[in-house]
Amino acid sequence: MQTRLTINGTPHDLDADARTSLLDALRNHLDLTGTKKGCDHGQCGACTVIVNGRRINACLTLACMHDGDEITTIEGLGQPGNLSPLQAAFVKHDGFQCGYCTPGQICSATAMLQEVKDGWPSHVSGNLTGAMDLTDAEIGERMSGNLCRCAAYPNIVDAIRDAAEVKA
Amino acid sequence: MNTHTKMDAHHVMDAPDHRNRLDDMAQGILGTTMDRPDGPLKVTGTATYAHEDHPAGMLHGVLVRATVPRGTLDGTHDAAVLALPGVRRVLHGDRFLRNPAQGTANEAPVQGSREIFYVGQPVALVVAETFEQARHGAQRLVLQMTPGDAVTDPTADDIAVERDPDEQSSMGDLDKAMKDAAFSVDQTYTTPGHTSAAMEPHAAVAWWDGDKLTIRASAQMLKYNKNEIADSLGIDVRDVHMLAPYVGGGFGGKLGISPEAVAAALAARDLGAPVSVAMTRRQVSEATMRRSETVQQIRLAADADGVLTGIGHVARVSQLEDEDYAEPVTQATPFLYRGKNREIGLELVRVNATCAGSVRAPGEAVGLTALEIAMDELAVAAGIDPVELRRRNIPEVDPSDDKPFSSHTLEAALDDGAKAFGWDGRKTKTTDGDWLVGSGMSSAVRVNMIGESHARVTLNPDGTLLIETDMTDVGTGTYAILTQIAGEMLGVTPDRITTVLGDSDLPESAGSGGSWGASSAGSSVFLACERIRQEIAKTLDCDEGDLTLKDGIATAANRQVPLAQVLGDAPLTSTGVIEPGKTSEAVRQATFGAFFAEVGVHRVTGEVRVRRMHGSFAAGRILNAKTARSQCLGGMTFGIGMALTEAMIFDPRDGRLVNGDFGEYHIPVNADVPQLTVNFVHERDPWANPMQAKGIGELGICGAGACVLNAIHDACGVRVRDLPATLDRILDGLPEV
Ligand code: FES
Ligand code: FES
Repeated sequence: MQTRLTINGTPHDLDADARTSLLDALRNHLDLTGTKKGCDHGQCGACTVIVNGRRINACLTLACMHDGDEITTIEGLGQPGNLSPLQAAFVKHDGFQCGYCTPGQICSATAMLQEVKDGWPSHVSGNLTGAMDLTDAEIGERMSGNLCRCAAYPNIVDAIRDAAEVKA
Repeated sequence: MNTHTKMDAHHVMDAPDHRNRLDDMAQGILGTTMDRPDGPLKVTGTATYAHEDHPAGMLHGVLVRATVPRGTLDGTHDAAVLALPGVRRVLHGDRFLRNPAQGTANEAPVQGSREIFYVGQPVALVVAETFEQARHGAQRLVLQMTPGDAVTDPTADDIAVERDPDEQSSMGDLDKAMKDAAFSVDQTYTTPGHTSAAMEPHAAVAWWDGDKLTIRASAQMLKYNKNEIADSLGIDVRDVHMLAPYVGGGFGGKLGISPEAVAAALAARDLGAPVSVAMTRRQVSEATMRRSETVQQIRLAADADGVLTGIGHVARVSQLEDEDYAEPVTQATPFLYRGKNREIGLELVRVNATCAGSVRAPGEAVGLTALEIAMDELAVAAGIDPVELRRRNIPEVDPSDDKPFSSHTLEAALDDGAKAFGWDGRKTKTTDGDWLVGSGMSSAVRVNMIGESHARVTLNPDGTLLIETDMTDVGTGTYAILTQIAGEMLGVTPDRITTVLGDSDLPESAGSGGSWGASSAGSSVFLACERIRQEIAKTLDCDEGDLTLKDGIATAANRQVPLAQVLGDAPLTSTGVIEPGKTSEAVRQATFGAFFAEVGVHRVTGEVRVRRMHGSFAAGRILNAKTARSQCLGGMTFGIGMALTEAMIFDPRDGRLVNGDFGEYHIPVNADVPQLTVNFVHERDPWANPMQAKGIGELGICGAGACVLNAIHDACGVRVRDLPATLDRILDGLPEV
């Protein structure tokens, strides 16, 4: 199937099997292996990418459903020597160990910070409307779709808090 | 390839090393919180794991699993699958691995796809041009199986029990000690199976160049893994080149090679093209390693002061037939506490289930957790503060053989942890809204060791430094600590150091496992650097001890010379080799620590939340304070998972793993883990190695679950002895609302 995907600002014409997930399209067809496969079932978040501004699990969606979509992967957020504030904060706070869940964590956090800015409440938010504080509990709750078996969670929370403060 | 030259430095650890040489160095980077050099690659998705960096023309393979727990595979309907678009081959046969190799096996595990031993055993591989085609073929492949008699319930009354004589020991008269005790505990504790669940599923990409195999794999111990691959394929190990520069977590699950690696190599040879095989998450759970479930009978006898007079610890674990490994549940029990009357034993039963092997801290992870719950029960029974109870039971020497300890830090860790946590002012048996709040603690202990390890260090004329070894970094921080050790020894800043790992052609290291990686590989780098220092000193006509190296400048006897000038045109290369020696046997070596937790138990639902958790640990010299802390965070979180949610559930009727994915096997998520705190207690252990450093990768899980479970008891009075503490195990015991 022919699908046009704009990935990190660059258009790609993909010719792949209709069964190809967005994740496998990135990894197997477009050589963008920064996005990871941890479960292929929407249970771990390792494959998180940003599609039209929203974070999604790339393993749970077919590539051919994204004709014309704008996709941001970890490769688009920053490169060695040119890290995004979140990427730099993850390095500084050791927000990872093996690094396998990390691209997903960072893509997820990037979109999550925007969700908070846009006033989207979470399960632990005190109010459903209005500005919200980025407490540790908010970060933990909103990042719980991204598993980390190395369990860098406290450092991930520190990194996200730090990057958000620098931005603000 | 370990070629010996006069620049080699070979050291057998036969005597303690009290020199603390690293304390004399000037660069000031060792032990700091230096960022990982591999960090920028990992946060940008440019670090390449096993199933990345795809060679041209790569085909995709998908494994097919047996669906009966015992029996034979009589045939597979290959023709129908081969007719599907893109499918190139259906493979099965004598060389398929039944299960992974055990850690340090160094040879092939049981092979062959004809005989079936457990549900999930990989029995065929479908290879196609695309992943989707291969997956479809694998789903469509019909297996003709004849079911056989299977043992699927390890708790069955009539099951045969094996008792390895080396694992049973007895001292004094425990029955009498129990009878005479002022306070005693006699309880049975159970832990379920656990899976390592590294986030990177096991995967391999293999290709051949004539007789030479190259294989990118997710592997922890290349020195052993290359031999396991060669033996499995029946080829010369010199024809095997393994690459594992980045490994997406191991936790014991990647110690030995696993079925996908051999299947990929077989298919690649057969098809004359590169072949990749990645396990699905369920295949990882079913066809790699599980930590055995345990049933542990623990008896504690104590006098009126709470001092132990006896310890009984008998555990039962399970394993697949033709595998020797038995979860060493009681490993730390003989030396942790006092008590001269003892019965310690390990029983093994055979089941048709996923192979049992190492999962983070085999032995102590579950054995100490149960023992530390029992100690809490004793503290309650005796009315003694649990920290004080442990203090009173710290032995002078290893009670099982009267060997001295190389260094003993349990008391220091208990004191440090109690202070950091605020144990004296802790919340106990209190409420916070709908939450019943309490606190608990437990001790941590893990045996310490090194393995033979080689590393090559090259100091180039331009002052840059190259470190090479086949050691892996499975998230443990190897890239960071080897960089720091060499930089510290040779006065080179980290930006001028390149560390190359995970290539089986490089000098052989101990590999990552058993918490020995940093000490072993680190010592080999230390030794190589020490040798290079001697050479520099010779050139400058001074004693090595009088040489100061910092920021690329050598200072000796008030002379300052840039290293580049000292070296001239030729690089200085040395291979360092560390070998375990008499210090392994002469003394009892272990790492110690203490955990403290505050939990809330919801008085209506029984939900448990860990509100605070602290660990204080002593592991000799800390090589990188940041990565060492991360290792502890990881271990403690494994402990939270063990206490509250993690359990492999096998259907006793047919041995099927019920919960083989993250939807059903619940590892802790971010919101389950509070901002854990970690302290390191100062220690230098001269018996461990020339760096006086010890392992830290597993200590954080050893006993960690117990502090959470003990806190639950303190909060709501429910004593959970069957892990994990799911709602059903708490609800019934909650006080009336
Ligand atoms: S790989 Fe997509 S959620 Fe796990
Ligand atoms: S860093 Fe290893 S799984 Fe998160």
